[in-house]
Amino acid sequence: MTLCGVPIELLIATLLATTLRVATPLTLGAIGGLFCERSGVVNIAIEGLMITGAFAGYVGGIWSGNIWIGLLVAFVSAGLMSALHALLSISFKVDQIISGTVVNILAFGITGFLYDQYFSQHAPTGGGVPILGIPFLEDIPVFGRLFQQQPVVWIALILVAVTHFMLFYTRWGLRTRAVGEHPRAADTVGVNVYLVRYINVIVGGAIAGLGGAYLIVEVSTFSPGMTIGRGFIALAALIFGKWTPLGAWGAALLFGFTQALQINIQQCGVDFPAQIIGMLPYVVTIVVLAGAVGRAIPPAAIGVPYEK
Amino acid sequence: MSAAITEPTLPGASGPPTQSKPAAFAGGFLRAIGNALLVPLLAVFTAFVIGGLVIWVTTGDLLKVVGPQGAFVGLWQGALGSPQNIADTLITSTPYIFAGLAVALAFKCGLFNIGAEGQLAVGAVCAAFVGYVLPDVPFPFHLLLALAAGLFGGLVWGAIPGILKAYTGAHEVIITIMLNYIALSLVQYLLGGPLKDHSPGNVSARTPLIAPGAELPTLFAGTPWEIHYGVPLALLAAVLVWFFFARTTWGFEIKTVGANPNAARYAGMSVAKNTVLAMALSGLLAGAAGAVEVLGVTHRHELGFGSGYGFDSIAIALLGRTNPFGVVVAALLFGGLKSGATQMQFNTQISGSIISVVQGLVLLFVAADVIIRWVYRLRVKSDRTTLTLGAAALLAEESAGGEPVGEAPGAAGLGSDDDAKGGSNSDPDRGTRL
Repeated sequence: MTLCGVPIELLIATLLATTLRVATPLTLGAIGGLFCERSGVVNIAIEGLMITGAFAGYVGGIWSGNIWIGLLVAFVSAGLMSALHALLSISFKVDQIISGTVVNILAFGITGFLYDQYFSQHAPTGGGVPILGIPFLEDIPVFGRLFQQQPVVWIALILVAVTHFMLFYTRWGLRTRAVGEHPRAADTVGVNVYLVRYINVIVGGAIAGLGGAYLIVEVSTFSPGMTIGRGFIALAALIFGKWTPLGAWGAALLFGFTQALQINIQQCGVDFPAQIIGMLPYVVTIVVLAGAVGRAIPPAAIGVPYEK
Repeated sequence: MSAAITEPTLPGASGPPTQSKPAAFAGGFLRAIGNALLVPLLAVFTAFVIGGLVIWVTTGDLLKVVGPQGAFVGLWQGALGSPQNIADTLITSTPYIFAGLAVALAFKCGLFNIGAEGQLAVGAVCAAFVGYVLPDVPFPFHLLLALAAGLFGGLVWGAIPGILKAYTGAHEVIITIMLNYIALSLVQYLLGGPLKDHSPGNVSARTPLIAPGAELPTLFAGTPWEIHYGVPLALLAAVLVWFFFARTTWGFEIKTVGANPNAARYAGMSVAKNTVLAMALSGLLAGAAGAVEVLGVTHRHELGFGSGYGFDSIAIALLGRTNPFGVVVAALLFGGLKSGATQMQFNTQISGSIISVVQGLVLLFVAADVIIRWVYRLRVKSDRTTLTLGAAALLAEESAGGEPVGEAPGAAGLGSDDDAKGGSNSDPDRGTRL
């Protein structure tokens, strides 16, 4: 059986492989947002952090010639950008949504400015990154391509598992959740609310930056505004996943699948408006938020600055 | 020197009994204005200084910043250098005024409308559609129909998050962000499909040109001061928004719900109704931004117009302290920066994105006024009222079991103190309701 001239099993395999690929930045963005929001700080700045990570990853990768250093630079830069969000929303008690807006505007302004100043005349592209295949699994006929991915794809998957474990089975996770649900109680038993929030916001931002850097790994070059809303889809995935790592990952996969469908439909030449499919993640999020399909309950103390 | 104005012990403060009442009132009034303007002005100033430093550091050439061919001169020339530039700035500011008013209006109700961008896009596409699709409607009627379509489109797109918030408790920030992207996809689809301009040779996603009868007429046509009628319309909108909050029952109710939903409920006001109303009106204003741009400037809707307006309008509303006239001033600043950026880029080859950096810094300093107060050693108390939102608290309240809006205990609206007094004696129905 074939569909647009391609055997259907190959089509499915390609679709799934693309899903895994495009879900990666969403997964990383959502996990980054999860760190932040679980500790009680709203993060609408994921988009800005991702573009920061993308630009920093690009610059780091170009200058060092090593993509791993690029990723590290992206991790650190996005963490620093997120530290601004932390400073504003935790210490200065600026409304967290305004603070996130500041980070978004600044991140797009700074990366756009620096790119225009230094790279618009001559924008080098980095070398490719070796595909990391999973032994044995990558040898499966047809579906083996699913297991031949960029290393960052595997990093994202590992991070999901690690975050799940840490959030629910470690002291850090318990403290994070406590600070996000009832900071006063956490403070009373001796948890440093500000410290926990700072660490979470900064580390979360750094992880989101890794999601942005993944875009660079994929296309080997930067263009201003290249995240085109992925940060907000990541936020949607976080909410759709009800603020849990596994849920957020599942949502990222689902949203990634709609994107993969969009890409494949266009390549296939089917006369169906791809934009309609592109709307799905957002529509689904609204439906979930409105309570039609299970209720999304955010951490109780989210958005409220903690006053000692 | 600016700190001296605000020194509480200075003569001219409203307190001392030695002064006559009108003088004291005038003094207090001026002081209030000074207080209100001081932080935004210093914020803008500081942002410009940092922007200049960034250019200096990246180009290594101080002349590129302050020289006669430098960034600041270019910015000034581009924004206000000639009558034509001034007219350009006014035209560029117009959608900012509408969008800024939209965000400010929602703020007054304690709502955070991040969706101005989507509402603007929907308004623009509706106006463009009615503008080109109707056959031979005479001038003022076609224009009015197209304008009404734009306003209505924005209103609907704004009302959706309002309704969802009021009746399901879904947070408007997330909903409006999602609706932005839905609007983007929808407009992309419409411009590339059903509404596509099929004139020969066109490959871009855009609507056909609107009929001449739907175009906004121009003022001072033929002179360098030529502007379209959208500019005075935007100023009129600011006056109307002011009047709405200062003198009407609806405005008063929205403000009250924003200031304290519980008090509003006990006073017999419907929190749900006012939430929907505020978001719908906010969407209407954002829709007007898109419609006026289409009918006055571009005469068609093209993909790409309107991106960035969502976040910019938040910055404008906050910089203007949600006061309609403050919003106008802030929008003029942003419009001037935008139209000046082209000249600056031409003069100095410095990327226009530096403008976004400056705008981001302005928002940063207005929001975190602590920084400005610390840098300039101001002794004025922080004016938190303008920048705390019920939004956050309302989000938290969702988790308390899905009660619809308004249970947030700490929900402080964005209205400043004078607003709370402003409308209190303007509502004769009040007594019967209480």
